[in-house]
Amino acid sequence: MANKDLVARLTDINKRIGYIPRGEVEKLAKELCLPAAKVFGAATFYSLFSTRPRGAHVVRFCQDAPCHVAGGRAVLDAIRTTLGLEPGQTSPDGRWTFEMTSCIGVCGVGPVIMVDDDVFGNVNPERVREILKNKN
Amino acid sequence: MPTLRSHILISGDPVSLARGAEAIKGAVESELAYYALTDEVAVALSGNLRLAPEQLPAAVIYPDDVTYGPITLNDVPLIVSEHLYKGRIVDALQITTKPLTGAIVRVPAREGALFAQQRVVLARAGIINPESIEDYVAHDGYAALGHALTRMTPAQVVQEITDAGLQGRGGAGFPVGKKLNLVAKAPGEEKFVLCNADESEPGTFKDRLIIEGDPHSVLEGMLLAGYAIGARVGYIYIRGEYHLARERLEQAIRQARAMGLLGEGIFATDFTFDIHVHSGAGAYICGEESALIESFEGKRGEPRIRPPFPTTVGVWGRPTAVNNVESLANLPPIVKNGASWYRSIGTAKCPGTKVYTMLGDVNVTGLIEVPMGTTLRTVIEVYGGGMKQGKPFKLAQTGGSAGAIIDASFLDVPMDFAELAARGGGLGSGALLIAGPDTCVVDLAHVLLRFFASESCGKCVPCRIGTTRAKEILARLADARATLDDIHQLERIANNMQAAAFCGLGQAAAVPILTGLRFFRNEFVAHAEQHCLAGVCPMRGEPPAAKRRFGRKELATAA
Repeated sequence: MANKDLVARLTDINKRIGYIPRGEVEKLAKELCLPAAKVFGAATFYSLFSTRPRGAHVVRFCQDAPCHVAGGRAVLDAIRTTLGLEPGQTSPDGRWTFEMTSCIGVCGVGPVIMVDDDVFGNVNPERVREILKNKN
Repeated sequence: MPTLRSHILISGDPVSLARGAEAIKGAVESELAYYALTDEVAVALSGNLRLAPEQLPAAVIYPDDVTYGPITLNDVPLIVSEHLYKGRIVDALQITTKPLTGAIVRVPAREGALFAQQRVVLARAGIINPESIEDYVAHDGYAALGHALTRMTPAQVVQEITDAGLQGRGGAGFPVGKKLNLVAKAPGEEKFVLCNADESEPGTFKDRLIIEGDPHSVLEGMLLAGYAIGARVGYIYIRGEYHLARERLEQAIRQARAMGLLGEGIFATDFTFDIHVHSGAGAYICGEESALIESFEGKRGEPRIRPPFPTTVGVWGRPTAVNNVESLANLPPIVKNGASWYRSIGTAKCPGTKVYTMLGDVNVTGLIEVPMGTTLRTVIEVYGGGMKQGKPFKLAQTGGSAGAIIDASFLDVPMDFAELAARGGGLGSGALLIAGPDTCVVDLAHVLLRFFASESCGKCVPCRIGTTRAKEILARLADARATLDDIHQLERIANNMQAAAFCGLGQAAAVPILTGLRFFRNEFVAHAEQHCLAGVCPMRGEPPAAKRRFGRKELATAA
């Protein structure tokens, strides 16, 4: 049982609302004639989707080996302390969500962070603080 | 249509982008508008221009073949007014180099300042405007397709690719000709070409740069594969994070359709073919071909039982040729120049070139394309500009996270699929992570297994539980909470994953553990004795009091 548009439709919802709420899952399931469990299964499988509300800005830190070797540990600590968040958390005021991500394919300039759709390469703790401050 | 008299390409590699290449492009456009040159000069963000990092961002102006770099926003008015408006080359901003004679010469853009590479796949990247199909055609683009459609039968195309000995460039190295032959021979009217552009292997970004630098080469490769197997439709599954690459592909497809290179009756033959792009939504596992097909069909990206292989039961149950971007981009040059030409490049067992991404402790990181059989030492010393801060070489991981961790004994091995595999390594997707003595093998393995544990799809037990348990043991080792017994356990888990995991992900997750243990066992043992030789791991834990079932000597010799 499948519908080839399912992932594309979920992408649209995720982009429009910022995450995929329960109600949308059920609505989409009805529309595509799929069990809601199938739709929810796909919504929770892919890392670009979220089933929980996210902050106004999503900060993603690449946790993979090339960035790690290039000094990622210090950058991770800088994001943690600047935002006061652990990976996976959203700030209570709804401004920030901090997530870990897999490789985003710009390893030539690691360590790399992504703020919303913007990718920042060659970052160090000072640049992280600067980037996050500019978003505020 | 206005006639363009000049093209200006701005380097669009990651280094340049990080230094504001897009702002420079915007400034060039507004300066051109000021001089009313918008209709005469085309501006494009290109891929890698083969320049050293200190020369970036750079701009190349054609047809004059002049390279300026490194340039800033402040240089833009001068370049536009002097070069493009008045026609005078700005000598002060030109890139120059000192060859062996000591004389200072300017760098012809078509050659670049870096040590010469042999480029097949990236022959046009950085030279043409990737957003122009005319540029592609002017550089022999679609010539191979015309040749194949008018002078070759589909079987001859398959034979040519088989004779060329091209191996899949996604990592596994499966012969491309054999795969196309299987799909061509598979029963069924409807067949598909599926381009795997779900490049998620950490450290690998070659496919992105091939697409961004020369999108039509991928389309032409798909057309050739489609003709060879008798398909009418091709799909490109591209990872959701690659926005620019997707835009470039979609634009290239629109251009090809407008020129009649996609659609019905291509080159006035009865060959009909069209291509559609499909975006992923973030999942490493979808690079595995059967998981990719599942995801493409709109489901969770979990791998299928094989056999049947996608060559007989693929997209919607139809025979499907799933090929990596780089493999497909190799097809036009093979068809155009012939199998014997292709075999003259690279090694006897693995002909052709390989696109590598260089990372880690080298002075120059980024993309290179060199013949198969180039040694790691050459890559580091010639293309990588040596180790950072003159550090000694300690280890390399070839092929991304799923790759083997190899030591200095591999430096002079001619790198290709066969040679590395014979020595217990692997070429994989072509990522070369190079590290000096301040990298700890246990810490590296821990980061890698954290990745696999989070990316495991959870379908099979050896991978779902194995990656997590291996990650936990490595975390204990890095925190001085492990015993020698844990190392033995780690090795058992890795062997079991390699033998019993359902798909390549779980099997590959074992590779860095097993190769790390093979070449750097002493470091693992040292961690079990509460020392991190590289001084990287936190080692905060209390030493455990667990009974040692294995002596150190015994572990050191166990394979």
